[in-house]
Amino acid sequence: MAIQNSLKNPPISAKIGMVILVVFIFFAIFAPLIAPYGEAESIGKTWASPSAEFLLGTDNIGRDMLSRIIFGARMTLGVATACTLLSFLIGITMGLLAAVAGKAIDQILSRFVDLMLSIPILVFALMILSMFGSSLFTLIITIGILDSFRVFRLARSIAINIVVTEFVEVARLRGEGLWWIMVREVLPNALPPMIAEFGLRFCFNFLFVAGLSFLGLGIQPPFADWGGMVRENGRAIAFGIPAPLWPAIAIGLTTISVNMIVDWILSINARPSGASAEM
Amino acid sequence: MLRLIMTRVFLGCVTLFAVTLLIFAATEILPGDVASAVLGQGATPETLAAFRIELGLDRPAYVRYLEWLTNALQGDLGIAMTNKREVLATITPRLYNTLFLAGYAAAIAVPIAIILGIIAAINEGKWIDRAANILTLGAISVPEFFIAYILILVFATNLGWFPSLSTVYGDMGFWQKIHVVALPALTLTMLVMAHMLRMTRASVLAIMSQPYIEMAFLKGLPRRRVILRHALPNAAAPIISVVALNLAYLIVGVVVIEVVFVYPGVGQYMVDGVSKRDLPVIQACALVFGGAFVLLNTIADILAILVNPRLRHPR
Repeated sequence: MAIQNSLKNPPISAKIGMVILVVFIFFAIFAPLIAPYGEAESIGKTWASPSAEFLLGTDNIGRDMLSRIIFGARMTLGVATACTLLSFLIGITMGLLAAVAGKAIDQILSRFVDLMLSIPILVFALMILSMFGSSLFTLIITIGILDSFRVFRLARSIAINIVVTEFVEVARLRGEGLWWIMVREVLPNALPPMIAEFGLRFCFNFLFVAGLSFLGLGIQPPFADWGGMVRENGRAIAFGIPAPLWPAIAIGLTTISVNMIVDWILSINARPSGASAEM
Repeated sequence: MLRLIMTRVFLGCVTLFAVTLLIFAATEILPGDVASAVLGQGATPETLAAFRIELGLDRPAYVRYLEWLTNALQGDLGIAMTNKREVLATITPRLYNTLFLAGYAAAIAVPIAIILGIIAAINEGKWIDRAANILTLGAISVPEFFIAYILILVFATNLGWFPSLSTVYGDMGFWQKIHVVALPALTLTMLVMAHMLRMTRASVLAIMSQPYIEMAFLKGLPRRRVILRHALPNAAAPIISVVALNLAYLIVGVVVIEVVFVYPGVGQYMVDGVSKRDLPVIQACALVFGGAFVLLNTIADILAILVNPRLRHPR
């Protein structure tokens, strides 16, 4: 009963988070309809201050900041979502496989993941992107795969507790195949605790993509994206112009919103062991 | 205990070896080799072939790996493709700069984070704990360059206390350096402190919920004594590993911050190397970061063994 109540009445922080997130998603979907100016339209002076005409001022080559942020929501949110989806697809599949398929495969997969996590993820991503270039495709694949190692660890630790339950035992005795056990028996029970993790991994990937774009190695121009916009306008800050802060605020607002929603979800179903909120 | 520590050291060495393998594999064995990456789309097959021979790419991968590894072990990190200078000569002063920045940040962050973490934990649910929770969550949620730009706007542009770009020279005095590097160090401090504070708080709270703490309270001991004599000595082990873990994070967090402040460290060198596709530079920087990461993680493990009496005698 208590659970249903808290589902219907999220705390105020979660409501705020949802509203902000919905606004950004709305921006992302209907960008051309909402934005007052075009994505790459140069219409004002360099770094004009906020006015009725340009609500957040203009950027380093005179494009409307607000329009760029609205268009930027597309790329920034889209790429981070794609990365997280890919990482969960790979991570959960491999994690369940490791838990279900027996000791040998578990050892191979787990040691492999240990190895891959022995290099900081940023350094790893920089190496790979330098070899393949930062096309949208390689960016998503690289981050998706690198992030999947962490999802793997969580998925495996959850699935290992499910594999020893009676209903999986029954399925094994019934002679069901590996795939059936993974998808029909373990997966439905492993998913609920993974939902909160999805939000946290999304935050991590979102900040990671923004960081790479800020370094000039993520999403490439002419696409507007929030990390890249901070980079383009970085020099303005030395003149006291807050231009790079707007996209940075948008990035911060998104992660804080997702975090507030995740906190609410976590308070409904207790967090499994082995999960880590940070890093 | 000595055996346990030796195992950790050995494992650390194995990991380090694996890291070199991984770096080499990621940069040279994956499809789309260096030659075509450097020359780009417009390269003709002839120039591509000539360039491959110049780089030695016509030889088998394991030969090149062994050569690269033995050279790196002897301190020869190769020659940068873009400016034809020795990578080692460039990277050494930069490594010193990066360590200076990281050490600076750690010197501020570690004591504050531990003290505040403990204070937040023993005042769980009170206003100071909530304030710490909101502030650290905020610091973790916003990108590092946001904190950096806010600090620049306030302390460099408006107040004019510190320079907004942290250019350091070799012959700069120590205190002058401390002044110039203040803003990047402060940014890094806030980032690491947030993580460290949260993890310290969590590990102290985990100990405060142990049965023997409850027993101490039930015996009627004053709160002060329970915390100082019963809880904190046992919290030392997790806190030390939290610190070491976050220092490993600091090593990587340095990359973006160095770029924001145009600070001449290894992180910026690597980002430059990546955008110019300068392979020896990328490999060397990855080696430095990977090595530091493994080293700090191994130290964290060893310290955890040393501090925790229960880990000293494995069954």
